[in-house]
This record gives sequence, C-alpha cells and structure tokens, in this order.
Amino acid sequence: MPRLAVWIVRTSLIYLGCGFTVGAYMLLNKGLTLDPNYRAWIYMHEELMLIGWMLQFVIGVGFWILPRFMQAPKYGAIELAWGAYLILNAGVLVTIAGGWLEGPGSSAALIGRALEIVAAAAFAVYIWPRVRPFLVG
Amino acid sequence: MPLLTRYFIKASLMYLVAALLVGGASLARAPLGLPAWVGLLQPVYYHLLMVGWVTQMIFGVAYWMFPKFTKTQPRRSIPLGWVTFFTLNAGLLLRVIGEPLVTLNPAAGLGWMLVLSAVLQWIAGVGFIVNTWARVKER
Repeated sequence: MPRLAVWIVRTSLIYLGCGFTVGAYMLLNKGLTLDPNYRAWIYMHEELMLIGWMLQFVIGVGFWILPRFMQAPKYGAIELAWGAYLILNAGVLVTIAGGWLEGPGSSAALIGRALEIVAAAAFAVYIWPRVRPFLVG
Repeated sequence: MPLLTRYFIKASLMYLVAALLVGGASLARAPLGLPAWVGLLQPVYYHLLMVGWVTQMIFGVAYWMFPKFTKTQPRRSIPLGWVTFFTLNAGLLLRVIGEPLVTLNPAAGLGWMLVLSAVLQWIAGVGFIVNTWARVKER
C-alpha cells in the first residue's frame, strides 16, 4: 500500500472512531437523556461518518487499488492527490467547527463545504487517467 | 474469501434489502395509509443503510483484502473480527427494535435497549479499528 493510501485510510479510521463515539453518545442519550441537548451533535456525527469516514476510505482504497502507470511516476501526479487529501481534511474540520460554533448554514461551514468540493474535484482530476484497463500505457 | 467476510457481506446484503423496504414504507406511509409509527422509522432507515449495509460491507471487504498483518496472523485477530461482527449486528438490531419503541412510549423503561445498542456498536467500531490499523501499512 503506498504511503498516501496509508495516510488516507488511517485518517478515515480516526474519523470512524470519532463518528462512532459521537453516535454512541447520542444514542445513549436517546435512551437515558443525561444530556437533553444531545441532538446538537448530529451535524458533527453526519460529517464525521459520511465525509471523514466513508468518502475518505473510498478515496484511499481507490488510490491504492486502481491501475498504476507502467512507467514512472507509477502513481501519476501524486502531488495533486496529496493536495486533495489535505484540502479534504481541512474541509471536514472547518465544516465541523463552523457547524458546531455557528450552525450548519454559517459562512464557516460553507467554506468547509467549498474546500470539500475542491478536494473532490482535485481527486477526480488526479484519478481520471488511472481509470483504464490494466497494463496499458 | 474468509468465513467472516462472507458473514459480513451476506449480512450487509440483508440490511440493504431491509433498508430499502423501510425507506419505501416511509415514503408510502401517507399514500397507502400505513400506521403513523412507520413515520418514526427514518433514523432506522439511515442506520440500516449506512451502518448495516455500507459500513458492514467495508468491514468485510477490508478484513479480506487489506495487506496481511504477518504471515502467521494474516488477518491479525480472528476472534476480534468475530467480536466486531456480533457486536455490530446485535447493536444495530437492538436499535432497529428499540428506537421506535422508545419514541412511541418513552415511559416504558426501554431506554436500556438504546444504551446497550450504543455500547455494542461502539465496541464494534473500536474492534474494527484495532484489528485494521496495523494492516494499513506500506509494503
């Protein structure tokens, strides 16, 4: 597994742990209601699970497993993939912080979403030429 | 394909069908005059889909396909893998049954089902991370 895939997949596992913890806290409070404001965590839970965990895990495995180039650099424009990874995680963190501090429709949360869109586009541009038959080119 | 992966994937397929049935019932509640409690199943629908189907499919495929931990322990801990499978599914099923019941009748003292569900699913998440982390490595 290449180094960037290790970083992406391990980061997604961290988000999985955080997302499951927040989800368990909310579900526990649905049963016991120790914290009456537990629903305030739902935005963070969704962001951690959908973007931080699932989307990022898929990107990491895609980077690892899709066909490589036969000539160096085998993984293509890897700087673009690193950029997508860094911008995606900045986007997740800004979205969570903005949503928590100022609400899901806040300008900070929207900036976070914009960063996520940039990251998705960057990854799509990066991975596009690797979506092809094996052992060609 | 290891036995545990087959269990994960086949369970995830059952959750996919169940999720789509629940989602369809939610949509059809008003036009078909289904009981009001069907409208409470939205969180159950999301979690059947995202935990039961997507996450469980990922757990099963990762357990199978990720780089080997060692030659003697290629999938790290098999018992921990099974603990992950059983706690995830027990926790999710408890939620599927318990969440509508607690919402319909909060005074019935069934909150323990959701507490236990939360603990079981959390254990499953941690179990998967522990078993997978060291297998995510450079060659």
